Amino acid sequence: MPDRGELIAAHIPGLRRFARALLRGDPEGADDLVQDTLERALANWQRRRTDKDPRSWLYTILYNRFRSERTSRIRRGVHQELDTVPDPELPGIEGGQEAAVMYRDLLRGFAQLSEDQRAVVFLIGVEDLSYEEAARVLGVPIGTVMSRLSRGREALRRYMNGDRQLPHTETRRAK
Amino acid sequence: MTNIARPVGEDDLQAWVDGRLTPERAKVVDAYLEAHPVERARLAQYRDQKRTLREALAGEGGPIPARLQIVRLTASSRHRGQPRFVQLAAAIILLILGGAGGWTAHEIGGALGWGVTTAATAMAEDAIAAHRTFAVEVLHPVEVTATQQEHLGNWLSNRLGRRLIIPNLDRFGLQLIGGRLLPSENGPAAQLMYNDAKGSRFTVYVRLGAPGETKIYLTHESIGASLWIDEGFGCVIVGPADRELLGRIGEMVYKEMLPEGNSQPKES
Repeated sequence: MPDRGELIAAHIPGLRRFARALLRGDPEGADDLVQDTLERALANWQRRRTDKDPRSWLYTILYNRFRSERTSRIRRGVHQELDTVPDPELPGIEGGQEAAVMYRDLLRGFAQLSEDQRAVVFLIGVEDLSYEEAARVLGVPIGTVMSRLSRGREALRRYMNGDRQLPHTETRRAK
Repeated sequence: MTNIARPVGEDDLQAWVDGRLTPERAKVVDAYLEAHPVERARLAQYRDQKRTLREALAGEGGPIPARLQIVRLTASSRHRGQPRFVQLAAAIILLILGGAGGWTAHEIGGALGWGVTTAATAMAEDAIAAHRTFAVEVLHPVEVTATQQEHLGNWLSNRLGRRLIIPNLDRFGLQLIGGRLLPSENGPAAQLMYNDAKGSRFTVYVRLGAPGETKIYLTHESIGASLWIDEGFGCVIVGPADRELLGRIGEMVYKEMLPEGNSQPKES
């Protein structure tokens, strides 16, 4: 029987991806969020439902931490303007420059989705959570998950098709 | 028990993208898409962007940083509710370096033996002296630069005789410049040097064989030093005097350097 450390450690890459998906443009903050999540998970390990894969439990902790942190950020009056969100770095890519540009564009579009849509598109599209699991992680009904998924995917599709006038976006393209 | 005959809706289409339809329902949706090429094209784009997003995000993150590794988090969660670094504060002494050459030590609520205080003060003096010597150095501030960080870590670990984790201080805007080995009365000591955005230098001085457990802050003119001793490790963070900042850096260095397992000889 693997211990809690091993069970949790297996999900660290996924948790980091989730945190980065929520906090686009702030990788340090994303890792802070993951660290906070891991500390809580370790401390509350006994309280999880033991028959389950800890993945969605861990994602739930992370999402709840993200929301309460966001609330306190808003209370402190701190927020980041969309047009100051730095461009995502080009990931190291085997497919070459063309793929790199496509990834960058898609990540830009992704960063401009609402947080709610981003979380759903990410959990289902990238992490392969079922709709039920995503609903549990986000604490919303399945119907809400489905409508956010549909809207998020459509917004991203439009963005990629060149309709880049999402609200509040300043077009500042380095050419 | 789904009604196969019910009309195809948006939820079906999303589930088609995710491959989450039952085989029966998938047939119905496939037939629908045959008859609706525009919808089919839209869903094909969703599938493409789903795959691309997955690939794009997979390239992010890189190796897991030390502070997110379970082994060190386990160490801190053991002391939940009262993190270790704060526990150390139970034995705080505050030393103020006198202006006229001498060091005056004010003990505040300290239950420390004189030996501990003397050892801590001696170590802080060495660290500050090393800081004053090398932080101003332009050409050769370090022996091994940050570009060879792995080598630096291995080398200093070998010479100190214990694994030295080079702390990542990015969150304070501090970039590692590199490090060097120094002599001390307790054997070799290590000095790591960092730069902030304004070019101010911070050094992290480490040596082994330090007795007891303590945490102190010292200041002299414009230089401050935050010191902690635990598990045989003694560490002094020296930089521009800012008690709050140096204290927080000290705490971060403590967390990075002393994860559970680093005190054991057989580190995996």
